[in-house]
Amino acid sequence: MAQSFDDITKQLGKRHRRTRRLKLTCMAAMVLSAVFLVVFLGDMVNRGWSAFQQGRMQIEVSYTEQSQQMPLTAVDEQYRQLVSRGFFRQIPQRMEADPELLGTTRTQWVIARSSVDQYLKGRENSLSEQQRQLIDRMVEQGNAKLAFNTTFFTTGDSRMAELAGILSAALGTLLTIIVTMAICFPIGVMTAVYLEEFAPDNRFTRLIEVNINNLAAVPSILFGLLGLAIFISFFGVPRSSPLVGGLTLSLMTLPMIIISTRAALRSVPDSIRHAAFGVGCTRWQVVSDHVLPVSIPGILTGSIIGLAQAMGETAPLIIVGMVAFMPDPSFSLTQAATVLPAQVYSWASLPNQAFQEKTAGGILVLLAVLITLNAAAVLLRNRFERRW
Amino acid sequence: MKQPNTMSRQADAISPGTVEDSEHDAMYKQEHSDREGVTNTGESPVRPDEAGSQGATDSNKPERQQPSNGEPVTRNTKVDHDSISLSASDLNLWYGDHQALKSLSMKVYANTVTALIGPSGCGKSTFLRCLNRMNDLIPSARVEGNIEMDGRNVNSKDMDVVALRRRVGMVFQNPNPFPKSIFENVAYAPRMHDIVGGRAEQEELVEKALRDAGLWDEVKDKLHQPGTSLSGGQQQRLCIARAVALRPDVILMDEPTSALDPISTATIEDLMVRLREEFTIVVVTHNMQQAARVADYTSFFHLGEIIEYNDTTTLFEKPATRKAEDYITGRYG
Ligand SMILES: Nc1ncnc2c1ncn2[C@@H]1O[C@H](COP(=O)(O)OP(=O)(O)OP(=O)(O)O)[C@@H](O)[C@H]1O
Ligand SMILES: [Mg+2]
Repeated sequence: MAQSFDDITKQLGKRHRRTRRLKLTCMAAMVLSAVFLVVFLGDMVNRGWSAFQQGRMQIEVSYTEQSQQMPLTAVDEQYRQLVSRGFFRQIPQRMEADPELLGTTRTQWVIARSSVDQYLKGRENSLSEQQRQLIDRMVEQGNAKLAFNTTFFTTGDSRMAELAGILSAALGTLLTIIVTMAICFPIGVMTAVYLEEFAPDNRFTRLIEVNINNLAAVPSILFGLLGLAIFISFFGVPRSSPLVGGLTLSLMTLPMIIISTRAALRSVPDSIRHAAFGVGCTRWQVVSDHVLPVSIPGILTGSIIGLAQAMGETAPLIIVGMVAFMPDPSFSLTQAATVLPAQVYSWASLPNQAFQEKTAGGILVLLAVLITLNAAAVLLRNRFERRW
Repeated sequence: MKQPNTMSRQADAISPGTVEDSEHDAMYKQEHSDREGVTNTGESPVRPDEAGSQGATDSNKPERQQPSNGEPVTRNTKVDHDSISLSASDLNLWYGDHQALKSLSMKVYANTVTALIGPSGCGKSTFLRCLNRMNDLIPSARVEGNIEMDGRNVNSKDMDVVALRRRVGMVFQNPNPFPKSIFENVAYAPRMHDIVGGRAEQEELVEKALRDAGLWDEVKDKLHQPGTSLSGGQQQRLCIARAVALRPDVILMDEPTSALDPISTATIEDLMVRLREEFTIVVVTHNMQQAARVADYTSFFHLGEIIEYNDTTTLFEKPATRKAEDYITGRYG
């Protein structure tokens, strides 16, 4: 019996309503996750933003012989508790480097102590009422202000919050990642090429495959323990060094690169391989001339995401000792170093309010780098995506 | 199922061109009917004097005819039979447990166009892939039997498949240009095999191959655009150009014109006929007219067996077997 449109529509009502219900549920879930993301980012930005600003004061500094011996005397007594101790420490060095300074008095901008910095930012601080009034006056006269915090990016860690920066950690991260990638990328890509393009499909290769896939799911802290046992205890790689950190992370990143490379290789249609074999390519020519060129965007995307994950990894690095206190940035593979997430971790455990701000600031920097990397991965993928 | 080797004795006795087609045909039928009892019970044997009347009822025709030495039932008198390019004998192929080719024997003469016809799934592509060992790439495929080419067994372990594919080119059932420029698609393989050197030489070769494939006029202004940006039919012709550019001995074509318009089809058919001078062509086609137009020999496949391998004209005009006749006349699905 033929049904009219009305009959059918009546039946369909239920199905359409169900679709709508599901759509709404999914939308709600999406909104929820978006809210989480916005709240998290908003909170981080809110807390960390001020780390990029720093309290500075303009005061008179007199470079005398006495101040070379006792730097505190270089500034007026009322400012002594307000200026960063780091500034006083530098006075003798600076005078030595520039003899002309001797005997002069200069009005210059100096870094304020973190308590002043916090006061300027309207946060809790340890200043006395008198000091607060003094700073208020200076602000009115334009002699105290918040300025962009270059120190944060140009120095290593410090016990003084106003002098603590992320440069040591950033260099440590850079070196560690270089080591990781130098190891993982070639080994990972070649392993994947072997498994995908050369290996016969037998028990042994399947066993290897399963193990690689499982490896990717192992908690990262275990890799730290493994790194500690193998690289430090057995091979004697220097503890805390970017070398051991990079090696440890490569244990973790390798399976990821293998998996993503295999996925990229597998997405290349077999018809291309057949075409290449059909004109008499050797197996290696098929891979190098036809399969790899089209899968490189995918391989790079996977590797960048693996790199980003390695960058954000903390636990295994802490286990191999990469939480060293590093006041002076160094660029050595074998010397002790720290990495960005470990730096964030150690700042986070300090009680000082000013360091909490640094923590959030460090996280923001890390996030910015990671987002940039991921964006680069997406861009690469879109840019080189090909149809065939 | 293997047939007793009754044909080879007789066919060997016939030297090419010495026996008239119809006579040969008749002799075959007689021979064949002798073993009817083995293959086909209940069918009346064909007497030699009846064989001439090809338009007779279906029951007069043998059910199946497997040329066990691989030679065609009837020789095509217009082509040279001096050399055999490829000779498959007793070829069996399994995909896992499924036997896709059953004891095939077939000789392909050099400088001829040989068509493979038959219903879908009967093993034409599979057989074609055997000829340049593309079945090696299918893990479940297992081949037994010999394919002789130039005095060597294609299936033997010491045959270098790269060398084989250099000499036996292939055009696949679905167009599969490289994801590279049109120019590269054609120039890649010759350059890889060191057939061409400099840029000018490559350009010349690309133009010649594209002209051969009837694609030159359409792409000459966009040689550096991706081959995959062409239409399906253009891509297929690009693949033909790619195969031709390598100047192989044999070109295997798997339904090369199934996605082409009549004009491009005609171009490709012309090409096949022209290239016959230089190459041996084995072509799979579902288009009966095409087989009739271009092929010197036609082999009719059915369920992994060669039912009839014959001179094309004879096969189409007076098929020796009932299945072939049914298929050709459209009575077979
Ligand atoms: N890769 C494969 N794995 C398993 N079985 C296969 C494979 N390729 C083909 N076959 C089987 O082998 C038989 C012959 O297939 P083949 O592709 O040779 O047929 P064909 O004659 O070319 O058909 P068509 O005209 O549709 O292209 C079919 O039954 C098919 O199912
Ligand atoms: Mg086919």
